[in-house]
Amino acid sequence: MHSRSRFNSRMARSVFSVLAVSAAMFLSSGPQARAEDSTDPIKLTLHDWTGQLITTHIMGEVLKKAGYSVDYVQADYLAQFAGLETGDLDVAMEMWETTGRDAMDAAVATGKVENLGENGMQAIEEWWYPDYMTEKCPGLPNWEALKDPKCAEAFATAETYPKGRYLGGPVTWGGFDDERVEALGLPFEVVHAGTDAALFAELESAYERKAPILLWIYAPHWAPVKFKGHWIEFPKYEKACYTDPSWGINPDALYDCAKPRGPIWKVGWSGVKDKWPGAYKAIKAFRLDNDEMGQLIVKADLEGQKVDDVVAEWMAANEARWSEWIKK
Amino acid sequence: MSARSHFQPLAPAREGSPSRGNSASLIAWGVAIAAFLLLWRFGAEALKWTFDYPKSWQIPLARWIGDAMKWLVNQASFGLFTFTDLTRFIASIIDLPYKLALSLLSTGFLSGQGSSAVQILPPLSWIAVIAIVTMMGLHAGGRRLALIVGLCFGFLAVFGQWQSAMVTLASILVAVPLSVVAGLLLGIAAYRWPRFEKALTPVLDLMQTIPVFAYLVPILFLFGFGPTAAVVATLIYAMPPMTRISTLSLHSVPSEIHDLGKMIGCTRRQMTWRVLVPSAKDSLMVGVNQVIMLSLNMVIIASMIGAGGLGFDVLAALRRLDIGAGLESGLAIVALAVALDRLSQAYAERAGAPGTTGIVGGSFVARNPYTLAALAIVLLTGLAGLALPFVQTYPESLRLSTGSFWSNVVAWINVNFFDTFEAIKNAVLLNVLVPFKRFLGGLPWLGVTGLLAFAGYRLGGIRLALVVSILAFLIAATGQWEKATITVYLCGISVMLAMLIGIPIGILAAERERLWSWVRVIIDTLQTLPSFVYLMPAVMLFRVGDFTAMIAVVAYSIVPAIRYTVHGLTKVDPRLIEAGRAMGCTPWQILTKIKLKLALPEIMLGLNQTIMFALSMLVITALVGTRDLGQEVYIALTKADTGRGLVAGLAVAFIAIIADRLISAGAARTKARLGLA
Repeated sequence: MHSRSRFNSRMARSVFSVLAVSAAMFLSSGPQARAEDSTDPIKLTLHDWTGQLITTHIMGEVLKKAGYSVDYVQADYLAQFAGLETGDLDVAMEMWETTGRDAMDAAVATGKVENLGENGMQAIEEWWYPDYMTEKCPGLPNWEALKDPKCAEAFATAETYPKGRYLGGPVTWGGFDDERVEALGLPFEVVHAGTDAALFAELESAYERKAPILLWIYAPHWAPVKFKGHWIEFPKYEKACYTDPSWGINPDALYDCAKPRGPIWKVGWSGVKDKWPGAYKAIKAFRLDNDEMGQLIVKADLEGQKVDDVVAEWMAANEARWSEWIKK
Repeated sequence: MSARSHFQPLAPAREGSPSRGNSASLIAWGVAIAAFLLLWRFGAEALKWTFDYPKSWQIPLARWIGDAMKWLVNQASFGLFTFTDLTRFIASIIDLPYKLALSLLSTGFLSGQGSSAVQILPPLSWIAVIAIVTMMGLHAGGRRLALIVGLCFGFLAVFGQWQSAMVTLASILVAVPLSVVAGLLLGIAAYRWPRFEKALTPVLDLMQTIPVFAYLVPILFLFGFGPTAAVVATLIYAMPPMTRISTLSLHSVPSEIHDLGKMIGCTRRQMTWRVLVPSAKDSLMVGVNQVIMLSLNMVIIASMIGAGGLGFDVLAALRRLDIGAGLESGLAIVALAVALDRLSQAYAERAGAPGTTGIVGGSFVARNPYTLAALAIVLLTGLAGLALPFVQTYPESLRLSTGSFWSNVVAWINVNFFDTFEAIKNAVLLNVLVPFKRFLGGLPWLGVTGLLAFAGYRLGGIRLALVVSILAFLIAATGQWEKATITVYLCGISVMLAMLIGIPIGILAAERERLWSWVRVIIDTLQTLPSFVYLMPAVMLFRVGDFTAMIAVVAYSIVPAIRYTVHGLTKVDPRLIEAGRAMGCTPWQILTKIKLKLALPEIMLGLNQTIMFALSMLVITALVGTRDLGQEVYIALTKADTGRGLVAGLAVAFIAIIADRLISAGAARTKARLGLA
């Protein structure tokens, strides 16, 4: 329906565009992008986690519906800024406040990269434990329960005993967990997983055996959906906690609080605005929330559906929403 | 015991004269070690700077490299065009054959760009590709080979890996010829101008030993994001063996052939291309083979910077812990490697065999039966594919998959045997790994540098001593010492373990043809299966940590340990073994007193390669959370910090070069002593 109405409005403008549009409809069965937009493909980056693949493909499909040409390029999450700065890559759909903020700010500061706003999801990153650990350490999820040596022992392994073992994210994620343990005086040792795959491999293994584990988990992700568990409740994050030592429980240390929660951003090459003004508006308008994303991820990762199918299903069910994004 | 007494009288007689030298060397070693111990034991307080290299003395190499890189990317100019223009131009040239290969194998020929592109011609159908490679197998090596190659490609189709595999194959098809040609040209240049060779050798050393992650960022800046950058990275990584082998094989062309060329009045160019290169063809094909294997090794890393294909599938599957899917994609890489490896080897043998080239008689059809048959199949399946989709792409309903089988296997092992594994792991960790790590970490850098210099001096003279000590000093001076000790600890333990397991397997396999053919399949798989595939199950069973990293390093670096042992043992002169038997040696004596002794130089070369393999795995082990130089390189990659990455990468290269030079010198001495040189 939508494409038909656009077709009519175009026909009034010029014979040439009618020809162009009908050719485009014949070949790719989609309408043509605006006249001022470039016909070059818009390059969207893909990373290696499912949620990001879904977000990016939804954006890509929507842009295709608007008549744009889209290319998906696989790129490393942080190394991609090299490409975004030069315009080799155009848009990255998920830059997490919690892990990508520094790199994003640095890139935006060069003037070659633009922050395209929030994509609607809120990133949560925090210490997490499976449900069955509640018995062994009854004070949880309050963080002060972790100070109890008995509780720490329940989380210990041979290498860390008598301290508890906390499995942190890859060093590259930052997160200040070593500092947090120090600042809050927790009897825990931080072990860093090298990749996120390793992180969840350990969780899966421990969960199968109902073995103790305390680790860094983030959402939206399939793990907190598949496994029952809870986030540790640290003192609530405030900006001062990370900048002013006197803030919080420990007057001499930073990071004596929870991790910041924050939006997931869209970023792009700063040339996108002029090269594809219509697409630029559509990308800025894109919104998805955590629940919706969580369900999509579960479909793909736990129920084994293909990402393309999950995206197609979403596109069919939400036509009203995405046609709003590409409305002229 | 009797064995010893039997051979005892011989030993002093043979080593009579060097024995005095030995005692002098013993004294010198004693003095050196005593000095080292004194420094280690008592230096901690008085000479603190010998333990922790002072920050204020550090060479800010990382910053220099970073600044140089910025200048290169943003400002460097040749007047008419900038340096970046040049590299981008090169990238666009490489992109042409890549696009062609990709169109042919995967996307089809398109008009337009991105998603609005329209397919004009479909890609080669799966049937056509399988038919072509099978016929190549038939052509090069007969029915057996055709079967192997056909099965390998069939595996790709049946297990649903076709699309990705063709993307990977396209980049391999571009990277391999480029590496071969570039490597050959450099090799010839090095052969012609010895000065150039001198300058080139250290560069090649660095290209082979710096972890790829370290130079990915500058490559991305210069060549842009995407498959082209991945091809360039592959080129850098896979080319050095080709260059080395080219130079070596040109040098070993018999002088008679050289003289013949001169006699018939060849020009320099004719001499190179018509005489030398063709007669060295045999060993040059060994280089080609190496290039193919190394290019496939790069598949995973290349996928991180936009090459896509099988590497991306492996990473994505393991990210959602789908072990079965990861394994299938990983095995698809192995299948590609095996097919390409066997094909290239068969062509090498054909090229070496006399009388296969230059058949002039017969019609065009009779001369080119395979080419014509292949063309016919391409046309037929292409046309049929337009009407019948299953001819064009392998039907989805006929695909096989192991599904969740492998995940369930790992889960079962995990639930039932975790405690056993945990006990073993803890015992090894607490009794071996941790003490060794502490020991190495507590050594003074100055003492270690001195000791290395001394070892260099004893083994290879003052030059070697200088090289070794300067490199060791540079590691300390750039602030990498602590991470370097962790690197040495992890690699050292893994190499020891790999040798302990690999040499006995090699000894067993060397004498049993059947066993060896099985072992070969296994080590080929280990070499090309992306280690990420078995790293994740290892994490599930052994948790994140050094032990898991060690397993991955051992699994990969055991390959040369086995291969070189077998190679060395089978090369031993059978007459010597016969002589030993005639003297009444038991099999055990033959093995230990004759075979192993004579194979020692080869085994030491194997040790050398084992160390190189272990070091090259560092980057992968960084993915399970080690804290060594590999991790440093990885962090630098994700922060796009060129300087930091290259400095850590150089430190890895320095460790590799130190080990290589010392072991090579040692091997050369042993060879000389055994009269093999």
